[in-house]
Amino acid sequence: MHMADALISPAVGGTMLAATAGIAAYSAKKVQNDMDESKIPLMGVMGAFVFAAQMINFSIPGTGSSGHLGGGMLLAILLGPYAGFLTMASILLIQALFFGDGGLLAYGCNVFNLGFYTCFVAYPLIYKKLVRKGVNPRSIFVGSMVSSMVGLQLGAFSVVVQTLLSGKTELPFGQFLLLMQPIHLAIGVIEGLATAAIVTFIWRARPEILERVAFGKSLGGVPIKKVLTGLVVAVVIVGGLLSWFASTNPDGLEWSIERVAGTAELETPDGIHKIFSEIQSKTAFLPDYGFKTDQDDVQNLPAVEDEEAWPSVDAGTSVSGIVGGAMTLVLAAFMGWIINISKKKRGKAVV
Amino acid sequence: MSHHKLEARSLYFSYPDGHEAVKNVSFTIYHGESVGLIGANGAGKSTLLMLLVGILFPSRGEVLVGDVRLTKKTLPAIRQRLGFVFQNPDDQLFMTTVYDDVAFGPRNYGLDEDEVKIRVEKALEMVGIPHLKDRAPFKLSGGEKRVAAIASVLSMQPDILIMDEPTSALDPKSRRRVITLLKNFKHTKIIASHDLDMVFETCRRVIVLNEGEIAADGMAEEILFNKELLESCGLEIPLSLQNCPVCGAFKYKSI
Amino acid sequence: MSNIVDSLYNIRLLDDLARKKTFIHIIHPLIKLLTTIVYVAVLVSFERHEVSALLPFVFYPVFILSFAEIPVVPILKRVLLIEPLIIGIGILNPLFDNYSVVFGDIVVSRGWLTFLSIFIKCSLAVTVSILLVATTGMDKLALALRMLKIPRILVLQLLLTYRYIWLLIEEALRMMQAYSLRAPGRKGVKINDLGSFLGQMLLRAFDRAQRIYQTMSLRGFTGEYNAGDISKIRFRDFVYFAAWSLFFIIARIYNIAVLIGALLTGVGR
Ligand SMILES: Nc1ncnc2c1ncn2[C@@H]1O[C@H](COP(=O)(O)OP(=O)(O)OP(=O)(O)O)[C@@H](O)[C@H]1O
Ligand SMILES: [Mg+2]
Repeated sequence: MHMADALISPAVGGTMLAATAGIAAYSAKKVQNDMDESKIPLMGVMGAFVFAAQMINFSIPGTGSSGHLGGGMLLAILLGPYAGFLTMASILLIQALFFGDGGLLAYGCNVFNLGFYTCFVAYPLIYKKLVRKGVNPRSIFVGSMVSSMVGLQLGAFSVVVQTLLSGKTELPFGQFLLLMQPIHLAIGVIEGLATAAIVTFIWRARPEILERVAFGKSLGGVPIKKVLTGLVVAVVIVGGLLSWFASTNPDGLEWSIERVAGTAELETPDGIHKIFSEIQSKTAFLPDYGFKTDQDDVQNLPAVEDEEAWPSVDAGTSVSGIVGGAMTLVLAAFMGWIINISKKKRGKAVV
Repeated sequence: MSHHKLEARSLYFSYPDGHEAVKNVSFTIYHGESVGLIGANGAGKSTLLMLLVGILFPSRGEVLVGDVRLTKKTLPAIRQRLGFVFQNPDDQLFMTTVYDDVAFGPRNYGLDEDEVKIRVEKALEMVGIPHLKDRAPFKLSGGEKRVAAIASVLSMQPDILIMDEPTSALDPKSRRRVITLLKNFKHTKIIASHDLDMVFETCRRVIVLNEGEIAADGMAEEILFNKELLESCGLEIPLSLQNCPVCGAFKYKSI
Repeated sequence: MSNIVDSLYNIRLLDDLARKKTFIHIIHPLIKLLTTIVYVAVLVSFERHEVSALLPFVFYPVFILSFAEIPVVPILKRVLLIEPLIIGIGILNPLFDNYSVVFGDIVVSRGWLTFLSIFIKCSLAVTVSILLVATTGMDKLALALRMLKIPRILVLQLLLTYRYIWLLIEEALRMMQAYSLRAPGRKGVKINDLGSFLGQMLLRAFDRAQRIYQTMSLRGFTGEYNAGDISKIRFRDFVYFAAWSLFFIIARIYNIAVLIGALLTGVGR
């Protein structure tokens, strides 16, 4: 599945973006050094192909449901790991921008989850090992199936870890994992079936396309040691950074604001305070509604007692939040309306 | 001006599957000539054109542009002087705006951006689509795509213009526009097509290919009237030159 | 098949919108990209129960929607299409978090706040990403990427993918139509046919890539992508970026919605 912006924290999103950028830069260098330039349009068109292929639904025998291709494994098999990874990255960027699948901040997570594991783990360690003995429909089927399933399991696990490190949901690790892994096992089988079907067809019709990737042209061979070392280093850095963030701070940005301002909960400066309460006494249309609860009252509310300090449980601020939130939305809508009206007027004046 | 000369010397070409698509083809095309290359489907027209621009290399024989032999080494310099418009404009227009597509060639030859701009605008002007410059190629109509593809080649200011089926799949109006455009070019032109009426209007010389070999090479009005020759090569006399199907009146006197 | 038509329509619409020339459209693409990134980063930095403080972030998309003359309905439709997934994940939150939160007389599970928070964040983040392309366009975004020192070759490859998506989706649609005419009442392609269905498409894509490479090399392509000049960032672009960033940061630090609420209800100090 696509990781969404709403589920991640800036720290996780940023780290994954950096990791992805690193892998992409390395792959781009590899692609430029190792291949002839005719692969550039090939990567472009293959990206478009996978994009279009994802829209073709096929019926899954015996279930009555339908599925579609993801394409990560197929790209690795047809283009080799480096070009495959880069192609996946551009597909995901277009999906994020045009369709809102994933998001800008979650982009790094998505490229990593859907591109890295297939191209740099499942492809070299599983697919290539399984078809090394000889390319035939059997080895293609087994190779595609196993590598797709493993690639998707790793990706799903990655989603769970990223979500939990971000702390934007309440889902407990175990339950989330139990939800994600089986779903992705099924998706992996479908992906394996589709990949195997396409690769087998290509192998029958134009075997030279597969051979070009598998041998020669030096774009098949991934120096596994190098990649694994890189991966371990990345994991240590990322893991270290994240756990540091997670343990000392609720959140990356809060941490940096704290650094800048001295405290996490910014005190409103006195001057502003005074002016504010003056304006307030004049504008308040619900002055005696009875929410002027202070912190002590809140402490007595039954359910909140055992909570550790949680800033916005204050009933007073909650009501302010609701009223103010509604007002904010009304204001925003009003602004849009005004702009539209004035635009139309100006349009008429010009015409 | 001998450097605009294009010469093929006994070219042979076989595809990897062993199919011999071009056999013993020789001709010389001089500066300012307009040549139609006609032949049935699979006669080898596209293959021959690709040999001329160095997309394919002949298994025997050679291609000379000016007095330079076309080899992998001379290719970059020679390609700058040959403008090749592909059969399918969707292959030719690969950028996201018409402007960038037309600018692609000049930019690759290292011109500075001001010069590129002048070239692009001139090329768009020549084919009459300056208003489409910011449009995406995938949103153009078939005819617009075709002229945009021609512009993408003209911006490189080639000496020789080579086109594969410039009027296929066009409606009468777009086709007419392309024909008018081609007639106005002062370039040396080679046009491969089944559209014999178009060839008759735009080319003075015609080369007929049949199963990879040259079946005839001569003036357009001689060859396009030669019923026997055309029919033996899987073609027929252009409609505009046929006698009126309704009243049987002669349009042109047979030669 | 409707999803294919829908995607085609969506890409086309966004591409059309991006060619308008409003005040938003002419802001430098890199500035718009950075502003969007700052927006999303600040938005998702709110902790998981936060709801009211997120609302002022509605101003930014509303501002763009109105100034850039973007139709609201198709954008919202796109956002709604994404929502089920996020609702799927979000809806589990009330199950796992049953601390109660009190609003006056109403007591709700705090998980609902988390759910609402995720929902709002998702809607806003998706909206601004889509608005980014709708006001910038892929070619200009590619320019922004180049200014961020993304290797040119990657930018070219991205542009090629974008360019040919259109063609290949249309092709997929035609093939799907032809297939379903001969296989009435079937929901998707039969798995046995999938290999040759997508395989044929893939082979054509391969051949197309080869022809594209030929047209590129005939026009002097040797592996280096020479894009045009990069347009300069002007002063007013800076102002735009600075003003919005300031707003986002203020909205991050002060809960504007609560402040407004306090003004109106008199709750507070
Ligand atoms: N890639 C290829 N591999 C093998 N044979 C090919 C290939 N391309 C073309 N041929 C064969 O070479 C012959 C000449 O093809 P070519 O495309 O040059 O014909 P053409 O005259 O351009 O035909 P059309 O009018 O249909 O475009 C044909 O018999 C064709 O089958
Ligand atoms: Mg042809």
